[in-house]
Amino acid sequence: MSETAAVLELRNLRKLFPAGRSGIWARTSEFVHALDGVDLRLEKGEILALAGESGCGKSTLALTLMGLEKPTQGTIWFEGEDVTRQSRAGRQRLCRQIQMVFQDPYESLNPLMTIGEIVAEPLDVHRLAQNREERRGRVEKALEEAGLKPAHIFMNRLPHELSGGQRQRVVIAAALVLEPEVLLADEPVSMLDVSIRAEILNLLAELRERRGISVLLITHDLATSAYLADRVAVMYLGRIVELGETQAVLESPAHPYTQALLSVIPVPNPRKRRERIILQGQPPNPVHVPAGCRFHPRCPKVMERCRVEDPVLAAVGAGSHQAACWLVSGGGSDE
Amino acid sequence: MKPVTGQKTLLSVRHLSVGYESEGKLLPAVEDVHFDLREGEVLGLVGESGCGKTTLMLSLLRLLPVAGRITRGEVRFGGQDLLDLSETEMSQVRWRDIAMIFQGAMNALNPVLPVEQQISEAIRRHDASVSAAQATRRVEELLEMVGITANRKDQYPFQFSGGMRQRVMIAMALACRPQVLIADEPTTALDVMIQAQILELLLELRERLGLAVILVTHDLGVVAEICDTVLVMYGGMTAEYSDVDRVYNHAVHPYTQNLLKAFPDLSQPNARLISIPGYPPRLDALPSGCRFSPRCPAAFERCHQETPGLYTVEEGHTARCFLVEGKV
Repeated sequence: MSETAAVLELRNLRKLFPAGRSGIWARTSEFVHALDGVDLRLEKGEILALAGESGCGKSTLALTLMGLEKPTQGTIWFEGEDVTRQSRAGRQRLCRQIQMVFQDPYESLNPLMTIGEIVAEPLDVHRLAQNREERRGRVEKALEEAGLKPAHIFMNRLPHELSGGQRQRVVIAAALVLEPEVLLADEPVSMLDVSIRAEILNLLAELRERRGISVLLITHDLATSAYLADRVAVMYLGRIVELGETQAVLESPAHPYTQALLSVIPVPNPRKRRERIILQGQPPNPVHVPAGCRFHPRCPKVMERCRVEDPVLAAVGAGSHQAACWLVSGGGSDE
Repeated sequence: MKPVTGQKTLLSVRHLSVGYESEGKLLPAVEDVHFDLREGEVLGLVGESGCGKTTLMLSLLRLLPVAGRITRGEVRFGGQDLLDLSETEMSQVRWRDIAMIFQGAMNALNPVLPVEQQISEAIRRHDASVSAAQATRRVEELLEMVGITANRKDQYPFQFSGGMRQRVMIAMALACRPQVLIADEPTTALDVMIQAQILELLLELRERLGLAVILVTHDLGVVAEICDTVLVMYGGMTAEYSDVDRVYNHAVHPYTQNLLKAFPDLSQPNARLISIPGYPPRLDALPSGCRFSPRCPAAFERCHQETPGLYTVEEGHTARCFLVEGKV
């Protein structure tokens, strides 16, 4: 992957939300640090998994990329252009290029609209179809690309007539109809039955192969990312703490948080029951981000330095694998 | 992790069938299910949505919705058939002998009452002789047991995180010292780290109290981590039932085999993930013959016509598949 190929690039992205009461009389002196300096590149045709627990900022990141939240600081680059602060029109053009696949196909489809109408709606919003034939053609194409073949038999059906897997394909078709460069897939299979998850994951892999589409897969499920993603980014309290090729991160995680997270993912084989590193409590409140390394209060390998200094991403070994931990960048010599 | 299963069978379910009345017809939701639960055993009840897991559990406690009917079978507990008990007798069994954590229950705590009041209500309802002061002490004991400091007893549900609310639910379920705890998807909405904490707690309670647990879940990973035995259900019927090692390493039912291949395994990242074509049957449109036959890669003529019986593969391992019958 060359230096110039990034479809999407985030530089030092921050998003603060005022904490506590809102209203004109409320004085806000505290902030939720939802995104606290995120740097990330999504290459063309790449599937990148963004993993982390709830509250780590993954959804805020997605909303910011969709333009639904304005970043407090930092920049977003799309195909080499700074798109952080844009006019309405520019924002709308960008929306066509970055489309979202929502989590719950039982909730995200309007039960009163036919499949054809649902998939055509983005075309209408963006006024992209010149006439009815073109509109119908593009909808059918999107449905078939999402694996709903032949498309015409689905056009007039209602969401309740479809299975969960088919519904999620409709959600994907509605994202594809604008022919975007990037799909943001937020937990695309977590609401589906186990026996049909693979078909949706395979569809995303196929779309990347066939259309060179880039996918940012937002998930808390590292096992699922392992099947699909080229690279994995692990997020903790608004920052990326580990990043690298999927295999490198999963086989030799460098950050103690990633190590713990991987150790508690249930493995479907009773002969492989392992020692689980169970972190006590839950991630701290993002209003009061701990000083030093943000993971240090829960870290089983905490050192003196971690309480004072905040580690940045540093190379683990020779490849592109990086982790923000003093054990990696400080040589691990302290105590 | 050694299973601490005693020999004493607590709960024994035979030929249990349950249906739902709908427009004058009885739709079969659970059919001819057998299982045993021993002291200290953790049984995993696995299957996809709509396979009858929750219906089966509700029928053990006779808490089915109005349209539900238990049509056949027995549920033996402590030498009696729970299905023969009067409603009053049954209400004594619930919570005191068999407690259940319902799906999503952690979101059903009363938001305007402190947790102490909610737990002590469960205690005093089942034993009127307990004084308020005794109940308070018991609540403190229960909270400590599930890993919540006793001084949080006056807090309200919104002051607890999801994982902590699930702990409160477990404390409430244990209020009357039951022998059996049924937990319906207790970790489904929780993060993996919190899930690990809750599963660890269940194992600890089994160890300490000799509690038998039925864990209802769709997550094959969770079952492999903490269960001793597994009952795999499909379309309201048992697909396969055995100890966890045989189900995961020597599965004989094509549904179990394929379900395992559909579940991502971090220890085998390069294995191909498959999906089972089609989708689980609906109660009002059950296929003829074996209920899995329309999706089964190994189905043959007979599977589409006859319903297979529950065949014994070997001692302690049963499956409902003609392929097994042929081998025995």
